[in-house]
Amino acid sequence: MSIATTYRTCPRSGLQFEAGAEKLIIANAVAAVVFLLIGGLLALGVALTRWPAVHWLQPDTFYQVLTAHGIDMLIFWIIFFEIAVLYFCSSTLLRCRLATPRIAWLAFALMLVGAIVNNYAVYKGGSSVMMTSYVPMMAEPSFYLGLILFAVGALVGCFVFFGTLVVAKRDKTYEGSVPLVTFGAITAAIIAVFTIASGAIILVPTWLLSLGVIDKVDPLIYRMIWWAFGHSSQQINVAAHVSIWYLVAAVVFGAKPMSERVSRGAFLLYILFLQLASAHHLLADPGLSTNWKVVNTSYFMYFAVLASMIHGLTVPGAMEVAQRQKGYTRGLYEWLRRAPWGNPTFSGVFIAIIGFGFLGGISGVMMGTEQLNMIIHNTIYVPGHFHATVVVGTTLTFMALTYYLIPTLFRREMINPGLARMQPYLFGFSMYFFCLVMMGAGTLGVSRRHWDMAFSGMPMAYEWPGAAYLMMGLVGISAVAAIAGGAIYIYVTVGSLLWGKRIDGGAASLSSKPTPLMAPAAVAQGYGSQGFAAPGTFLLAMVFLVAFILYYFVNWKYLSTVWGLS
Amino acid sequence: MSAILPPAERLWWKHPLDRVEGTWIVIAFVWCMILVFMMVFWHLYGRQNLSTETYATTADAFRTRAEAWAEKYTVRVDDTTGQPVVAPPEGGDAYIIARLWSFWPTLELEKGKTYRLHLSSLDYNHGFSLQPVNINIQVVPGYEHVVTVTPNQSGTYSIVCNEFCGIGHHTMVGRLYVK
Ligand code: HEM
Ligand SMILES: [Cu+2]
Ligand SMILES: [Cu+2]
Repeated sequence: MSIATTYRTCPRSGLQFEAGAEKLIIANAVAAVVFLLIGGLLALGVALTRWPAVHWLQPDTFYQVLTAHGIDMLIFWIIFFEIAVLYFCSSTLLRCRLATPRIAWLAFALMLVGAIVNNYAVYKGGSSVMMTSYVPMMAEPSFYLGLILFAVGALVGCFVFFGTLVVAKRDKTYEGSVPLVTFGAITAAIIAVFTIASGAIILVPTWLLSLGVIDKVDPLIYRMIWWAFGHSSQQINVAAHVSIWYLVAAVVFGAKPMSERVSRGAFLLYILFLQLASAHHLLADPGLSTNWKVVNTSYFMYFAVLASMIHGLTVPGAMEVAQRQKGYTRGLYEWLRRAPWGNPTFSGVFIAIIGFGFLGGISGVMMGTEQLNMIIHNTIYVPGHFHATVVVGTTLTFMALTYYLIPTLFRREMINPGLARMQPYLFGFSMYFFCLVMMGAGTLGVSRRHWDMAFSGMPMAYEWPGAAYLMMGLVGISAVAAIAGGAIYIYVTVGSLLWGKRIDGGAASLSSKPTPLMAPAAVAQGYGSQGFAAPGTFLLAMVFLVAFILYYFVNWKYLSTVWGLS
Repeated sequence: MSAILPPAERLWWKHPLDRVEGTWIVIAFVWCMILVFMMVFWHLYGRQNLSTETYATTADAFRTRAEAWAEKYTVRVDDTTGQPVVAPPEGGDAYIIARLWSFWPTLELEKGKTYRLHLSSLDYNHGFSLQPVNINIQVVPGYEHVVTVTPNQSGTYSIVCNEFCGIGHHTMVGRLYVK
């Protein structure tokens, strides 16, 4: 069966875009960038207030701005972009039309309306409850309603993605199994369904509570189910950005996965072992048994950690193998030295991989350890950790992908490639530093979500050590640098869309049938098993392991010095 | 460009793996098992494990009990804070009420002695962040969390609220003495 539509094949990348899918990918990506822009402006308010010497905003504005920053970034920017990625990984990579484009537009509209309703509720005041909105603190009903509408839209988007897989299968637009990148996107979408269901289970009653229809939502149950939503959504991000890492390795280096079995198996671990990860947000809570905490702590027996450690090896490993085949075989690291460091798609992804692993991964496992959690819970260490995962890991990866999509999807020449070239370095490295100093301040105990660490005017004021003030000052400075990096990204992408030279993106096909794709011959694709194919990556992984072990045990040492607790 | 193309062989779970991958998977797996082991080990041999003793309670019940207890063991009124300073006996109960936006009362404990510290909130979630030791515990309304504590150093400590609890959140700070 074919439906009236057209396809074009991009002459640069060889990717085939279906007209309907293309418009939806563009719409979702543009909406995402708009929320990134808003979230970035809010970040300026947050950071300049937490910088003690500046202490810019008034407390009510600060809490309001922080609420909006968390939601606009973590939910709206990331999920709009992920929906675009899902459509790309299904329709474009499988070379088929998007299932039910009308419903996909409905999903987009629901998400957009939801995001606007929620933002409006926050800016109006009366909903400065932080993104977590722990009951019994209540926001306005429209705050929850906006989130619910957005979630329903995102869920519909996931089903459009699943529908598209069915279309591709039925129309036989590919042979054999789906590509690895699509496989990763499928894991992300499956996790998303679970995530959004958890979100609905807790946000719908809370919305009813805010309307006075029901009279109680238990605060502890709320925390547990909210985090089943809040944490799993981070797992969507990980599955999505790891998929993009493989994609970028493929398009920049022509890299093949070292072994499909390993990479796909690792994606499956994400699905199997993440759902109880909400546990590690509740380690300092009353009412949960030790067994429950130990068993569920940190991604259910660390199998999801294992999965990320595997991807952390196989992605750069695939790049190394590809580079070695091109002849960059001298020493352990010629392949890396000769990588295209001037291509922001590559440099962004590489900086994301290293930062995600070394900063986000190690700190996350430390925090997620039952007892160690007590020395960081709700300190500014926590945002330090997750800016390393969700900003350095996910956001920077999405930025890198955008640079690749500007000519192929948006059919524009990039304006100011010089600025784009330095953007991942500025944004990535200032974010590295920002995360490190937040973690440093958190190790000294400084609270997150706190307007005034000086407790001015309070008789019982606590005097933080000077080092804590120093760290928070450095947080402010590095934040400003990172925000400048974010601004460059927005300038280059939006500027390219508006003023970039149009380029030939391939003519629309006359027939409404896609050109199918044949699986490459086995020889052309060739898998792993070459002995010890990626020694440089292996050494890098060992360095990572040593850093991990040292940092982990240093924290046990620190814990052993605090008061006895039992 | 095979990560974006279908795999050459349909049965991807039969593809061979490279030795780099195999070795790393084994190492990473062993490390993950050590991570699990450490938590259990610390329960058996470590001295810092968060108690799980919890009771359902209500704001009124908790406040009534805490106030009666405070009356019994109050030793003086603190001149800087104006709060009663309460010194419970060794091994006894100690209460802290978290509410918008204070911790009440001021405790006076003794170094090396053990107390059963009861924590609850009368309204929203709050954070019990003991500084400068940096012990952080979530305080959830409706739940009374009994934590056994043994101070190991004397001095003046602060309790900072580190869970966002409304517009006065940053003014919520309490005090605790260890003799
Ligand atoms: C240049 C960029 C950014 C800067 C300078 C920045 C700065 C900050 C700071 C200082 C905080 C902590 C405030 C506090 O707890 O007192 C914060 C919180 C947060 N940020 Fe960012 N951020 C940036 C980008 C992002 C991005 C891209 C995301 C998500 C993708 C994000 C997600 C969050 C979230 C979820 C919170 C927690 C809000 C809460 O506690 O409810 N941020 N940000
Ligand atoms: Cu509080
Ligand atoms: Cu508070």
